[in-house]
Amino acid sequence: MRDLSSLPVDPVGPTDHVREGDGEPLIVYAEFSCPDCAVAAARLRERGDSVCFRHFAIAARSPRAVKLAIASEAAARQGLFWEFHDSLFADQGRLDDPHLWQRCELLGIDVDRFEADRRDPELAEVVASSATAAMRAGATGAPTFVVGGELQAQFPSGPS
Amino acid sequence: MSIIAPGTQVPSFSLAREDGSQFTEADLQGKTTVLVFYPFAFSPVCTNQLQVYTEALPEITVDGAEIYAVSTDPTFSQVAFREQLGVPIQQLSDFEPKGATAKLFGAYFEPAGMTNRAIVIVGPDGCVTWSHLADNPGEMPGVNLIIDGLAAS
Repeated sequence: MRDLSSLPVDPVGPTDHVREGDGEPLIVYAEFSCPDCAVAAARLRERGDSVCFRHFAIAARSPRAVKLAIASEAAARQGLFWEFHDSLFADQGRLDDPHLWQRCELLGIDVDRFEADRRDPELAEVVASSATAAMRAGATGAPTFVVGGELQAQFPSGPS
Repeated sequence: MSIIAPGTQVPSFSLAREDGSQFTEADLQGKTTVLVFYPFAFSPVCTNQLQVYTEALPEITVDGAEIYAVSTDPTFSQVAFREQLGVPIQQLSDFEPKGATAKLFGAYFEPAGMTNRAIVIVGPDGCVTWSHLADNPGEMPGVNLIIDGLAAS
């Protein structure tokens, strides 16, 4: 049973996915089948913000969310998290397994290893832990942004 | 309007269950009950709310608590909303007289004529043990607050 009692957001750490850019990394809780998350990701990239991506993938929100989050972690094991992240958000109409394999081939991800890693319970735990942390911090949807230690649903005004 | 305070005995009230039967203060006896007041079926924040709370149902109900969602929507709308989302949280309608129970609990938002965003936890003796009213109806209480509220109850 998870502990879902209140707990502040963890600071950015070495296991986080961070894309370097302007300012301190903006922590974003998001999931890959969420259109609003795709829009936010595009805006952040266009603006050049430094971003820390954390999963907020829950089955009740989207049947694909957890699976896609785990797939992105499998891509991360091959050093291509952000490439996979951008690819998923760029085309959310093609998120079934054959589409993921196509993306892997385009991005240079070893599909056999990707498939094996997707089934590693450790990656499922990474994704579940991230959702638990989001809920403990009070996240109520995706995307959720962490600004000054506080959670907000509104797109932040600029890099911190 | 102030939310009903911890330590207050729940007043007499009546809400409509999904099957049309009445849900009253008598249904609170003998178990802990979480009443989630939300503004509108099918609205974006309420959608997020029921989805996130569904994710946390195992933790919310682990010690036998029951959770219900309450709004001023008619029963048919609530059921359609719940079924579209595919969530199991049972709905209670405060449709007629509109918002009567929400008003008794201090969970009615007069400016918009709708249920406010509020959570009330009632103990097995029918006494409120914890309550929360959002600063505004668009602000959704995280599920962590329910877990904290249950722990404090």
